Amino acid sequence: MVSSPSPSAAAASALFPAAEVAFDIRALSLWYGSFQALRDITLQIPARQVTALIGPSGCGKSSLLRCLNRLNELVPDVRIRGEVYFEGANIYAPDTDPVEVRRRIGMVFQKPNPFPKSIYDNVAWGPRINGYRGNLDELVERSLRRAALWDEVKDKLRQSGLALSGGQQQRLCIARALALEPDVILMDEPCSALDPIATYRIEGLISELKSQYTIVIVTHNMQQASRVSDYTAFMLAGEERVGELIEFAPTSQFFTKPRDKRSEDYITGRFG
Amino acid sequence: MSPPAASYSAPHLMRRRLRGRLFEWLALASTVVAIVVLALLLLDVLHDGLPRLSWSFLTNYPSRLAARAGIAPALVGSVALIVLTAALALPTGIAAAVWLEEYARRSWLTRVIEVNIANLAGVPSIIYGLLGLGLFVRALNLQRSLLAGALTMALLVLPIIILNTREALRAVPRSQREAAYALGATRSQVVWGVVVPAALPGIFTGIILALSRAIGETAPLIVVGAVAFIAFLPTSPLDPFTVLPIQIFNWVSRPQPAFHANAAAAILVLLVVLLSLNATAIVLRDRARRSLRW
Repeated sequence: MVSSPSPSAAAASALFPAAEVAFDIRALSLWYGSFQALRDITLQIPARQVTALIGPSGCGKSSLLRCLNRLNELVPDVRIRGEVYFEGANIYAPDTDPVEVRRRIGMVFQKPNPFPKSIYDNVAWGPRINGYRGNLDELVERSLRRAALWDEVKDKLRQSGLALSGGQQQRLCIARALALEPDVILMDEPCSALDPIATYRIEGLISELKSQYTIVIVTHNMQQASRVSDYTAFMLAGEERVGELIEFAPTSQFFTKPRDKRSEDYITGRFG
Repeated sequence: MSPPAASYSAPHLMRRRLRGRLFEWLALASTVVAIVVLALLLLDVLHDGLPRLSWSFLTNYPSRLAARAGIAPALVGSVALIVLTAALALPTGIAAAVWLEEYARRSWLTRVIEVNIANLAGVPSIIYGLLGLGLFVRALNLQRSLLAGALTMALLVLPIIILNTREALRAVPRSQREAAYALGATRSQVVWGVVVPAALPGIFTGIILALSRAIGETAPLIVVGAVAFIAFLPTSPLDPFTVLPIQIFNWVSRPQPAFHANAAAAILVLLVVLLSLNATAIVLRDRARRSLRW
């Protein structure tokens, strides 16, 4: 297995000091059965910043995101090669427990997916199954406050999480992820099922959370990427529909002075 | 933007409307026939059986005299058999379904098991009776006991429970499992903490079907050796027993009309037991379903 940094990794590491790296992805390739979805992705994701993964449908950005908490392994016949270092340790090392990885790296999904449990239990379930020993009531309140949902639900914590509106459900899912006090929050197109007002609230929330959490967000929406993210990774499916990383840069630079011709074509709306 | 009117003829529309109306009437007629037949059947049984229903009918033991005969052993036997069958079949069936659906890798072995379970659901119940006779009554030497009957019934309803539970588990969206895994849950925490609770309404449907089937079955129990004339109540699972369908069968096959009235009354009792069992399960199911809306 190749672990020497490739040229693009060296280029990327110049963007921020090594101490600020949350994820160090090295030569990551992924196959679903015989179909290759990702090829040789090498990328460093900064800590306590918002990194956006953008690109057209089918470019592998969600697949890449799901590699960061080893969620892809739930798909039958998936094969992953390469390394993902998280805070210095390879999360794909044989002795790494994916359950522990997922506890430290939270995830918010495309469609709000609260459990059919009460609002309280939605937030408390994760800490409970992971053996949380502190005061659960306080943790639930703190998580709901951080997700900017507390004031709307504090009087109905026993009601079903499914009775909330779509935007509230998504914030409940964010609170559920925050309750485990993770280091990272992965977001897979978290606003694509929401209306503009709910989207606006979630984006505001992302800006607030980034002081404490590393956030990686997949989005279809380039305006959203430019609004919320500090860094942008642009991916594209090349020949044989294999996803590759085209460019990684600070967001302001990426949208004003893209280095790659394909990035420029994409952000000027010439395709995708 | 009006369509070229000349291309569409008015008679054609009439014909389509007529065809739709015709289908509506046919469907209505089918529904009416089914309900009327059922209602007539029920009325007939009510007419014959209602005068015979009394407290002593429920508490008396079988007798040569129709007027003194009661259904106490059969009623207690039926209830005991159902409780015992449920206790045996529900945990086994649900656990088997969870294993097949959530744990087993797809292989030729699981495929063979799946096909077999689907086929077992269609095997005539008398075959289960013969199996019960050979295995439980004779080989395991349980004799003609309540336990042997319940084990046979459990085998009979197991495929129904497994199939329905699997269906219910499969209907839980993948996003629910992913949400749970993403919170650092182990597989068993995902299964028992999220997937099974979300599948409960569907699992209850399977339980309703299974227990309704078990309470009405007669043939396998005749083979296993439930007898109609029992002068005492079963006090342990190893006692001999009888059940309502067998008591009814016995009374119907006698020549005296008074026993036929007894049979009708026993049918009414069986219906009440069956309906209250189903009502309980439906209430439980709706309670579980109320929190589910996706």
